[in-house]
Amino acid sequence: MIGARARRLVRLALKSLWAHRLRSLLTALGMVFGVGAVVAMLAVGEGASRDAQQQFLRLGSRNIIVRSVKPPESTSASATRSFVVAYGLELSDVEVVRATVPHLARTAARRDIPSDLWNGARKHRGSVFGVETSYREVTNLELARGRFLTDDDARTKKNVCVLGAAAAEALFPASDPLVGSVRVGGDYYGVVGVAARRGTAPASGAGASGEEDSAVFVPLAAALERFSPLIRVQTSGSRSAERVELHQLIAEVSGTEQVTAAARALRTLLEQRHPKGDVNVVVPLELLEEAARTKRRFTMVLAFIAGVSLLVGGIGIMNIMLANVTERTREIGIRRALGARRRDVVLQFLAETIVLATVGGAIGLGLGVGLPFAITKAFDTPTAVTASSLVMALLVSAATGIVFGLYPASRAAALDPVEALRHD
Amino acid sequence: MAAPVVELRDLWRTYVLGGHEVHALAGVELTIEEGAYVAIMGPSGSGKSTLLNVLGLLDRPTRGTYLLGGRDVSALDDDDVSAERGRRLGFVFQNYNLIPQLDVVENVEVPMVYAGVGDHEARERATALAERMGLGARLGHRPTELSGGQQQRVAIARALANDPLVLLADEPTGNLDTRTGQEILGLLDELHAHGKTLVVVTHDPGVAARADRIVRMRDGRVERIDVNRPAGATS
Ligand SMILES: Nc1ncnc2c1ncn2[C@@H]1O[C@H](COP(=O)(O)OP(=O)(O)OP(=O)(O)O)[C@@H](O)[C@H]1O
Ligand SMILES: [Mg+2]
Repeated sequence: MIGARARRLVRLALKSLWAHRLRSLLTALGMVFGVGAVVAMLAVGEGASRDAQQQFLRLGSRNIIVRSVKPPESTSASATRSFVVAYGLELSDVEVVRATVPHLARTAARRDIPSDLWNGARKHRGSVFGVETSYREVTNLELARGRFLTDDDARTKKNVCVLGAAAAEALFPASDPLVGSVRVGGDYYGVVGVAARRGTAPASGAGASGEEDSAVFVPLAAALERFSPLIRVQTSGSRSAERVELHQLIAEVSGTEQVTAAARALRTLLEQRHPKGDVNVVVPLELLEEAARTKRRFTMVLAFIAGVSLLVGGIGIMNIMLANVTERTREIGIRRALGARRRDVVLQFLAETIVLATVGGAIGLGLGVGLPFAITKAFDTPTAVTASSLVMALLVSAATGIVFGLYPASRAAALDPVEALRHD
Repeated sequence: MAAPVVELRDLWRTYVLGGHEVHALAGVELTIEEGAYVAIMGPSGSGKSTLLNVLGLLDRPTRGTYLLGGRDVSALDDDDVSAERGRRLGFVFQNYNLIPQLDVVENVEVPMVYAGVGDHEARERATALAERMGLGARLGHRPTELSGGQQQRVAIARALANDPLVLLADEPTGNLDTRTGQEILGLLDELHAHGKTLVVVTHDPGVAARADRIVRMRDGRVERIDVNRPAGATS
């Protein structure tokens, strides 16, 4: 019974809206663009946030990353030629970190040596990464083939290596890398494994894009023994050198709850040992929380924009509906003469605004779903349309219809039948 | 003598205009029996339309009693008045007053929709009524696609939709040429012959001559009632 009445109301509303289809369309445009923009922006925001989350999660939500950075003073003092700048993490730091920072499950130190990698006459510009054997687990490095470096390799300082995916492709385009070896300087390293492609490197701190793919991993002990910590740097004519013992230390905390405490202890310790500020601590979990805060702020701004655009759309609808009521005063009088109660008139006009707002909202939804799709295609930006944003958009449009339809509808119902019939 | 369908006792309708009281109706006494065909005549401003609006429950008397089918409708609330209007009264206006975006059948259905008649039944009854009014070939047409006479036929069909106690018409032929007017009057005669109670406001003595009785209004009062025929008798 209620259903039949509602159907009849909607049918009547559609009929009246259809009678003025251009006007109805123009009226609904406010809703179309309002809802479309909000859904699209939500999708872009959600996509960016998920992307950031994934990147940070790949860094490891339980990890703390310490990196060596060139202190700012020495950069400005580099007017001095042939000056050796020593900075960054040292092996002794690692010992102290392990011994004193609470809640650490394991750590993995790394030293980077930019070098040319050779296989016969094939050359690949990459790096040698001297890593501890825990590096694979701590950084979730996947192996495509073979095995990673073992404690045995480390103890015996064997000349073995694991190839990054890009390095493997460049050096062994046609042959099996696992039976080959890689030459760095005067030494040969037998290949025992090939890492899976990492792709875009985790942002904010873990290093340049694709650097792991372009590297060979060797046992840290071997790297320390065979490569001098001195790295020559050439910048626009001036020659200098840097002395860096370790470039990175990744510490894995035993649980997510302990990350904050461990990070605090680690920072305090490193501030004492490196007052020059030549180490940098990155905590992915903090970045994640920061990202969540940013997202909340973004969502609030969006909610505000959504509110404003729906207000504008709603006022547009109300404006047209008021004109509509005036224009149809006589129809209202006729309907009243034929037995319509005030309530029937209210419902009739309310149904029109609700249908108008909801149809506008639905078209806007289509726009809001299509636009992110186009954005992803065109700009390679991740977007994600969530079901909740769709449901919300529809409910909010219907609610806008009710709120802004109520006044015109009640104006229509308040008309005196005799007056209304006399109107033309 | 037939039962009274309408009884008005000391009925007043007073407008206040700039401190002045204008009595559009000033103590109207009127009884209309079932099956009667009543014409209301009188000079312009004598209160004919006001009387018809009060009879049609579109307007409320300032004072006095109105019994419709024996029920006192003077003090009903708006919802009940609306229901009475829709179910027990039928209107025919000078300018037809059809709803432009609805077709013939849909226009005729409107009073039934508000009276809660089911979709299917409303459609059948509306179609039958429109056909009875000679609109069988125009059922799906919009009012703008119809002549004045055809529009007035739709209006009459619509007025009959809920089989009202009284059919009220204000100058039903006022906008029509003589011939079309005669056709419409013929339809009204036919309804009268079938026992429908009719009240028609008119300036046209030719129209009034078809009625059983002519109520002559002057200054908001019933001045005189001329009897053409005994009530209920058909010519
Ligand atoms: N809304 C109103 N406000 C004030 N006065 C009104 C109103 N409606 C009617 N009147 C007055 O009531 C009196 C009766 O008006 P009514 O319309 O009933 O006359 P009528 O007999 O139908 O005239 P006509 O033959 O010209 O249609 C007139 O004096 C008119 O001015
Ligand atoms: Mg009049």
